[in-house]
Amino acid sequence: MQIDWREYDGGEFYDELISSPGYPRKVTRNLAKYLSGLSSEEITARRHSAELAIKTMGISFTIYSEAGNIDRAWPFDIIPRVISHKEWLKTERGLIQRLAALNCFIDDIYNEQNIIKDKIMPAELITDSVNFRPECVGMKPPLGVWAHICGSDLIRDKDGSFYVLEDNLRVPSGVSYMMENRRVTKRIFPELFENHNILPVTEYPNQLFDTLAAISPRPLEFPEVVVLTPGIYNSAYFEHSYLAQQMGVELVEGSDLVVEDDYVFMRTINGLARVDVIYRRIDDLFLDPEVFNADSVLGVPGLMRAWQKGNVAIANAPGAGVADDKVIYTFVPDMIKYYLGEEPILPNVPSYLCIDEEQREYVLANLDKLVVKPANESGGYGMLIGPQASQKERDEFAALIKASPRNYMAQPLIALSTNPILESKNAEPRHVDLRPFVLQGRTSCVTAGGLTRVAMKKGSYVVNSSQGGGSQDTWIVSEEEK
Amino acid sequence: MLSRVAERVYWMGRYMERCENVARLVDVNTKLLLDLPRGVSVGWGTLIDISGGSDFYRRDLDSADERAVMRFLLADQNNPSSLISSITCARENARITREIMPSEVYTLVNDLYLYLKERLPKGIARGERQALLEEVIVKVQQFSGMLAGCMSHNDAYGFLRLGCNLERADMTSRIVDVGTRRILTKALTEIEANEPFENILWMSVLRSLSGYQMYRQHVLDRVNAEDVVMFLLQDPLFPRAVEHCLSELSESFSRLPNSDDPQRVLVSVKRQLKTADIPQLLESGLEEHIESIQASIGEVHSAIATTWFLPQAQVAP
Repeated sequence: MQIDWREYDGGEFYDELISSPGYPRKVTRNLAKYLSGLSSEEITARRHSAELAIKTMGISFTIYSEAGNIDRAWPFDIIPRVISHKEWLKTERGLIQRLAALNCFIDDIYNEQNIIKDKIMPAELITDSVNFRPECVGMKPPLGVWAHICGSDLIRDKDGSFYVLEDNLRVPSGVSYMMENRRVTKRIFPELFENHNILPVTEYPNQLFDTLAAISPRPLEFPEVVVLTPGIYNSAYFEHSYLAQQMGVELVEGSDLVVEDDYVFMRTINGLARVDVIYRRIDDLFLDPEVFNADSVLGVPGLMRAWQKGNVAIANAPGAGVADDKVIYTFVPDMIKYYLGEEPILPNVPSYLCIDEEQREYVLANLDKLVVKPANESGGYGMLIGPQASQKERDEFAALIKASPRNYMAQPLIALSTNPILESKNAEPRHVDLRPFVLQGRTSCVTAGGLTRVAMKKGSYVVNSSQGGGSQDTWIVSEEEK
Repeated sequence: MLSRVAERVYWMGRYMERCENVARLVDVNTKLLLDLPRGVSVGWGTLIDISGGSDFYRRDLDSADERAVMRFLLADQNNPSSLISSITCARENARITREIMPSEVYTLVNDLYLYLKERLPKGIARGERQALLEEVIVKVQQFSGMLAGCMSHNDAYGFLRLGCNLERADMTSRIVDVGTRRILTKALTEIEANEPFENILWMSVLRSLSGYQMYRQHVLDRVNAEDVVMFLLQDPLFPRAVEHCLSELSESFSRLPNSDDPQRVLVSVKRQLKTADIPQLLESGLEEHIESIQASIGEVHSAIATTWFLPQAQVAP
């Protein structure tokens, strides 16, 4: 049996591949034709070779469970998700604009706080934020940039346009999987790359290194940049190691670093060597046991002192997470207008703030229609998907919201777009989102596409890999034929 | 190079070498068994003793049969020097250090791990075992070859070689131990100890170290205890001879920074090895001499650790 696109129906949702059953979109035409030309044996063979490649290349992620940590092979579906280059150019501009505004905001919050003085944002949002770090007040990091790396989650609604669902500014992960997905796809569908103008994704490690080198306290051509990982048991360890390798820099753990006279050094076989830039992949609270969590063995005593003196750069800067908050998120369009004097290019998903009485009443009255999210969770934990929840769960959330309105916001359930995945040798629609990665240093740039995450279960909206989601290669394709 | 990474690379070298050595150790006994006449038995329990695992073997050593010992040495995850433990640790260390090695190396280690995990549960019986052991030896050789041929001979490579040669020196001394009195003690006193059996024994030892031909070319004499032991301990050219491994260590030391301390410890071990009067020791008891060599190799390891690795207190638990 071959794939027949006339049999494939995304239903009421926007489908990334077809505009209606049997009619692929302009940018996916070649792909759709190619896929429907494969026999089911060929499809099975490609799928197996992808699985084998992932297993032998050691692409994995770790799941925490009661039975111990399990290293799982990366769940990957071989059908790519395609976005037109023209549409992407606009999205890219929107993402760069957004991160620029977020950086202005973080810098403002830790310094003048004009956005509060000008009454664009209520002061209690900051004072009550669990991610606000008083230790960072008055800091002026190089280039005025706090969040150098941002992973924003984009979704497409029924109308086919992109909305920003959230901005991950703490330690966003997934970029290595974006690159590995491409490597695997090239291996199993080499002929497709000959016939398509697909933007390459391989530039990211160089761009990341340039971004990090730009904030080095010492003006060196190749400053000592390190990737700071919590260690091998972290779920994103594969990525930490991958990025260090691709950038050609050291991957360090807290125990490798030591602070002396407010400078950071790493312990090498030659003795101590000075470190200029730390790309940290551990949370603020574990960075420095002298300042934050005193029990932390992941961090480096004295690191904050060295950073405050400007002797080492940290990306993302400590405290940058203040803007990674689902309540602060609702103000991003206002920030863009306030700091940049521009209109937002990418819209937010409409949101209701529980801190506002009127909006809270609406949320409480419409829990069966809304998605409620805590301000500071990630990985899809701690949220309520109203339409799919039981009355008991909704009642529990109502109580939570009333107890701590600052910590919740709600959004209508967005009808996430679909892309086909292979399910028992046939194509079936599943919901997808997209996480592009945005860099800001001396210049700004965005990955060509990003990581497409896909809910492998029919009808499910949960795309997180920790909760059974998979991923697909993402292609930015020019309409012009090659 | 980071001290922590140097330590990981070193241990990866050790564990990969240990995989090969466990395979070879088991191989000696298996081969021996095939060549010995009826009535001469092999003490399987002794293998556990020689591998250094007797502290972890919870049952009675003397009554250990082939199957139990094979399971313990090859497939027991609670035995830290078993084949499965060694490949698991090698893979863990390879995962941590994969950014500094050619990517094919991780793939190879990972493949061997997956292979053993699948095959070991059913590959312990004698029929299956030989193929499995040979596969392990070939894969570890491929690993060494890939590193020698595709990895820059930098500090990381130096630490890898250190781990590998130190482990190999240790294990060759243990395999020589198999050949000396321990394994056939009972059997040989039961049947009159005589030369043909002894030759069979030493031939198996040489073969398991892939050293039979090298020995014949070098010694030009038929196989006998004295010459084999001297060859395996003191030959400077045979790569699995203890002397050769120690010289390799010395060579690696000389390329690394601050190597005076470990070098000092090493030269005293080399002196001890060179000045040993093997024929005399074979009379009086080689066992003690070998134990003392093993202890000295342990001291070389300690010197390496204090010189280049993270201070213990600094390593997160």
